[in-house]
Amino acid sequence: MATAAETLSGAMAPRPFRVVRRQRETGDTWTLELEPVNGEPLDFVPGQFTMLYAFGVGEVPISICGERGGPLVHTVRAVGAVSEAICASRPGAVLGVRGPFGRGWPVEEALGLDVVVVAGGIGLPPLRPALYECLRRRSEYGDVVLLYGSRTPADLVYRREVEAWRSRFDLEVDVTVDRGEGDWRGKVGVVPKLIGSARFDPGAAVAMVCGPEIMMRFAAEALLARGVPEDRIYLSMERNMQCGLGHCGHCQLGPTLICRDGPIYRFDEIEPLMKVREL
Amino acid sequence: MIGPEALDDLVAALKGRGFRVLGPTVRDGAIVYDDLESAGELPIGWTDRQEPGSYRLDRRDDEARFGYAVGPHSWKQFLFPARISFWQARRVDEGGFEVREPPPEGAPFAFIGVRSCELHGIAIQDRVFLEGRHVDRDYEARRRDAFLVAVNCFEPGGTCFCVSMGTGPKAEAGYDLALTEILDGEHRFLVQVGSERGAEVLRDLPRRDAETLDLQAAGAAVEGAAARMGRSLDTTDLRDLLARNLEHERWDEVASRCLTCGNCTMVCPTCFCTSIEDHTSLAGDEAERVRLWDSCYSVDHSYIHGGSVRPSGRSRYRQWLTHKFGTWHDQFGTSGCIGCGRCITWCPVGIDVTEELAAIRATEEVSDAND
Repeated sequence: MATAAETLSGAMAPRPFRVVRRQRETGDTWTLELEPVNGEPLDFVPGQFTMLYAFGVGEVPISICGERGGPLVHTVRAVGAVSEAICASRPGAVLGVRGPFGRGWPVEEALGLDVVVVAGGIGLPPLRPALYECLRRRSEYGDVVLLYGSRTPADLVYRREVEAWRSRFDLEVDVTVDRGEGDWRGKVGVVPKLIGSARFDPGAAVAMVCGPEIMMRFAAEALLARGVPEDRIYLSMERNMQCGLGHCGHCQLGPTLICRDGPIYRFDEIEPLMKVREL
Repeated sequence: MIGPEALDDLVAALKGRGFRVLGPTVRDGAIVYDDLESAGELPIGWTDRQEPGSYRLDRRDDEARFGYAVGPHSWKQFLFPARISFWQARRVDEGGFEVREPPPEGAPFAFIGVRSCELHGIAIQDRVFLEGRHVDRDYEARRRDAFLVAVNCFEPGGTCFCVSMGTGPKAEAGYDLALTEILDGEHRFLVQVGSERGAEVLRDLPRRDAETLDLQAAGAAVEGAAARMGRSLDTTDLRDLLARNLEHERWDEVASRCLTCGNCTMVCPTCFCTSIEDHTSLAGDEAERVRLWDSCYSVDHSYIHGGSVRPSGRSRYRQWLTHKFGTWHDQFGTSGCIGCGRCITWCPVGIDVTEELAAIRATEEVSDAND
């Protein structure tokens, strides 16, 4: 049931948040840090998303990519009118925020286990809060592995941070690109290929996967092949989302509503649905 | 028991209590739901003939007030209007903006002539909008004080199948007052009370106590309706049947007839999909968010960057039918269908959901072999 506060204020009204920092990630992707104009910062669990509103243009679902307790961070790729307007918002601009919505990554369930984070392209930002959580409580997890791939070196987001993570002794980081353009001397190939040689115990690991649906399917297959049980593999699904409340009907994926039951699903829950074309 | 003339007193009693009284009336060749000034505006002496893709009004040879099944309208157009404005916003200093949410306004509704299936339809929308994690504020405000006068069916339509869905024809719960129209002998109505408010309104009407004969006549009228359903549907394991048959060849066959016009979703009393639209003034200093009925038959319904998830008519018809009869159970713990038959009647090419579901059931093994 909704709380009285939700009912009274109306879950459809965005709260104004001011852009305090804006950083370019790639040619079409920007990271924004936001602070509430009034009131409390947004609390969230890793994997949740907000509905982010550009005044007069519209609203889109965007994963929360920052650390709990810090500013609200969103990494946005400009792919349409709304995301373009959001990416163009300079410090001082005000955006609207509703949420957070959705079910997050299994950071609690993974306590005591190895954690394998598999990200494709713009799939890394939704996973970053989970990674932050693992690093914050590092001693409570086993091996932590980040496997990250993008189409080209220029499409890698958070590049400096990934490089800094790679210098840590308590985190294994492996990066690959589909096409090794320019002066790239790292690995070339698709990200699921990194799974076979990564250091983790398949029988005692939780995998968190985010990226294009096709990449997630191959990553899940590679994880299963390594012996990770299907109920320890988690994926983040994407559909059209307009309300975030389970009311508008757009984000249906078979028996589930992604904004309410997702966006993070256990692989064994979602696998039969992923096989059906145009579901 | 009340007489037909007491329906005028009922309208007056509800108006006197500040309700906006809505009920069935004849307009443009159909029985629609609209404001009632008096009970004289009810479809007196009219009935409807319904078949797949066909709806016609006919004269009855009596003065029945509720001698029809259901028309193209449902009560959802009042509780869940086709267009509402959520809020308006305007620019303020330093790049900011201010959001104003107008409170939902207007008199509470009194609906006269709510069919049993429609009571179930309202209960299903209650589940979607009121009983989940989030409450729909606008729906809640419209629904909260609505006064429901149910009418038991004695004249089911050619596309009705409420008996199969377990949603009628007799109103069992969820009403303030329930009427059973009796045409056998003296024209009269059995009134059943479903709430304190209902009892209080009934006290304003000229009435007499019901006798055994009245109760028998009312029971016979409803039983007669149950026996004359135009359609029937085997609902055994329907949810699982559909989940097993997402690649059935029948989807291709029905897609070759379906126009993906979305009529079925517009007339369906439970369909709840909406699109959220953000508008702005030409000067760019004012903005508004509106909610409009949407339909899963539109290509845009499933659009994400890069394209639509369901570009084919086959996948969109499958989405609608499997949601209504199958995955609705998973999402909201109930079927999404109330057996009112509107989607069959108002389909321009006469697609009959009961026939489609029966076809899938009958040929399931063929599909398995082809998988």
